[in-house]
Amino acid sequence: MEWYSIDTWIVVIAALAAGACALLGNFLVLRKMSMMGDAISHAVLPGLAIAFLVTGARASLSMFIGAAIAGVLTAVFTQWISRFGKVDEGASMGIVFTTLFALGLLLIVPGADHVDLDPSCVLYGAIELTPLDVVWRPTLFGLSIEVPRAALVLAGVTSFNAAFVVAFFKELRISSFDAELATTMGIDSKLMHYLLMTLVAVTTVACFEAVGSIIVIAMLIVPAATAHLLTDRLWLMVVLSVLIAIGSAVLGHLSALIVPAWFGFADTSTSGMMAVMAGLIFLTVMLFAPKYGVLPRLVLKMKAVG
Amino acid sequence: MPELADIWNVLILRDYNTRLVVICTMLLGCACGLMGGFLLLRKRSLMGDTLSHATLPGVGLSFMLAVALGGDGKSLPILLAGAGITGVIGCAAVLFIREQTRIKDDAAMGIVLSVFFGAGVAILGVIQTMPEGSAAGLESFIYGKTASMVMSDFQILVFITVCVITCSLLLFKEFRLLCFDEHFAAALGWPVKFLDILLLALITAVTVAGLQAVGLILIIAFLITPAAAARFWTNQLDRMLVLSALIGGASGWLGASLSAFIPRVPAGAVIVLVAALFFVVSMLVGTERGVMIRFLRQSQLEKRMGRQHLLRALYEILEGGCVTEELNIRTVPFRQIRGRRTWSDRQLRDYIRRAYNEGLVEAPNKADSILLTETGLVEAKQVTRNHRLWEMYLIEYADVATSRVDRDADMVEHILGDKMVTRLENKLQAYRIAGSLVPQSPHPIHPGD
Repeated sequence: MEWYSIDTWIVVIAALAAGACALLGNFLVLRKMSMMGDAISHAVLPGLAIAFLVTGARASLSMFIGAAIAGVLTAVFTQWISRFGKVDEGASMGIVFTTLFALGLLLIVPGADHVDLDPSCVLYGAIELTPLDVVWRPTLFGLSIEVPRAALVLAGVTSFNAAFVVAFFKELRISSFDAELATTMGIDSKLMHYLLMTLVAVTTVACFEAVGSIIVIAMLIVPAATAHLLTDRLWLMVVLSVLIAIGSAVLGHLSALIVPAWFGFADTSTSGMMAVMAGLIFLTVMLFAPKYGVLPRLVLKMKAVG
Repeated sequence: MPELADIWNVLILRDYNTRLVVICTMLLGCACGLMGGFLLLRKRSLMGDTLSHATLPGVGLSFMLAVALGGDGKSLPILLAGAGITGVIGCAAVLFIREQTRIKDDAAMGIVLSVFFGAGVAILGVIQTMPEGSAAGLESFIYGKTASMVMSDFQILVFITVCVITCSLLLFKEFRLLCFDEHFAAALGWPVKFLDILLLALITAVTVAGLQAVGLILIIAFLITPAAAARFWTNQLDRMLVLSALIGGASGWLGASLSAFIPRVPAGAVIVLVAALFFVVSMLVGTERGVMIRFLRQSQLEKRMGRQHLLRALYEILEGGCVTEELNIRTVPFRQIRGRRTWSDRQLRDYIRRAYNEGLVEAPNKADSILLTETGLVEAKQVTRNHRLWEMYLIEYADVATSRVDRDADMVEHILGDKMVTRLENKLQAYRIAGSLVPQSPHPIHPGD
């Protein structure tokens, strides 16, 4: 295996994306809305298509705004349908995102002839290519560093999310565990919900434009769920989830380079392997976590039976 | 523009080119609608989403295995088998995580979805570097190719949908109990876990069969939307399932026919939108849980409650200033009624206006006081009597404290009808409640004002 500076950047970018997602994922998991990332990553298609049809170009800012609006609308429509129609939240999410995606497919038909804009290119942002798009070349200690655009964008998103979680930690905690209590305490839990959903939408779009939707969907759920099995304290859960996310980013890229070689193949997709690594970490924790793990609890049960 | 006759030919399946596609999507819509009903009631609608993503590693692995053994990697039965196997493993993983840890259903589905899909992408990444063959076409396995279905797709689809529909009809009773009360089913000694897995296996079969024919998004939509739409029309499971299958079938039929006339439009997308249209219409005008009917019921209940509250308030005020059995009807000042409950001036005026229109009250000197009419008195007596019967029942049989029974009775009396009141009377016979007499209030009545 050979390691280039490109590999370092891939890991850094992946870790930033994973961290940004994991931060928010904690609250999605606690609110039983884990599938939101999956829903949003499909539902942004009409946003992209409309932005493209309006501006006539694949400019990234307008596409980003269109996608983010579509993402927020997904959350809003889901909420409406489940509240006014009394439909199960999972089902209303499914209805909204499939409908929006279908709408997006119809919208891109006219444009698809001229431009490379199809669902698979939306769903698979290629993390392997991100380091090539260099926008900034600072010199540190005599070393010239080539900073890719994605690293800057994702660093911004991650620090914004971190700031949000720290600043609204109390509000997020209370409204996630007990929305009614939050309301009686004077916290606008509906506002918190929509703030969180907006951030999830923006983060999802920013990340999968850079690194692909699999990393986003996986990192919104798996690290947070893993951390949930390790601790009962929310702040510790948040910290652990970010560490797990970074860990799976690093391991994911390493294993994408190493594992296929064992079977005589070249290498494989980093984002796929990152999801797999996150899954393996989850599996390990699920089996061995001290308090909530499957095996320790089994041992405890056997002891109790005698 | 297509001719009307052409459209008609497609719709009645006489057009050869579109017949196969239309029949396939219709069948699939029926089967998915049926299974989706069970999923919806188990609050697992997104299982289809998880499942269809979880098939990807199976597709990749079976391709690699077939190539390694020297076979044809893209043979449909092999790919289907691989997809089915990882699909079932994915389902089992969701059930395991849900049963054995504190992780909830939604997160369990999300974990399986993303990890399996990630594994699939990684495996496809490896296949791409294999000299034997490109992975092109494997991805389209889960994204579908609706418009280019062939006879073999049709045969597989017919076989699987018939199996699934027969199975769920035979096991209807078992699945029903599983959906509504799985713990009760377990207590009856039914093999709940086996039934759960069987249900998911049937759903896996439909999903896998449908995926390569119509693609991931349409399968997900088919498993959720028709069932959710059917739920607005009925509270009965058998009717809901039939309706859901019909809506699924109709969306497939209309959507596929429609897309035949719009050039280059993906049929799957049109079908999803038709199903969504069914959903929106059902949500608005559904006769059992639709938005409009519920709004109507709510406002009728509010009116009835307001009227009953007004009458009881008047009765209790009259009762307060009276020692004999017979009540003297006299005018009651608005201010005094206002103090009986937490209602706003506007609400109260609204109730009074409505009662006036029904001839229950009169307003001799307008604005500031009102008078019960004869019919009003009879009605008020009845309302108060019902309220007191409920109070006595709750104190006697539900151990509700006397001081708070007023509120608890208020929560049931407007909803439960006359039949219940008759049963109450029978139950409370021992309490000298004869004829149409209004019993004494068990608690002191707040004088208001």
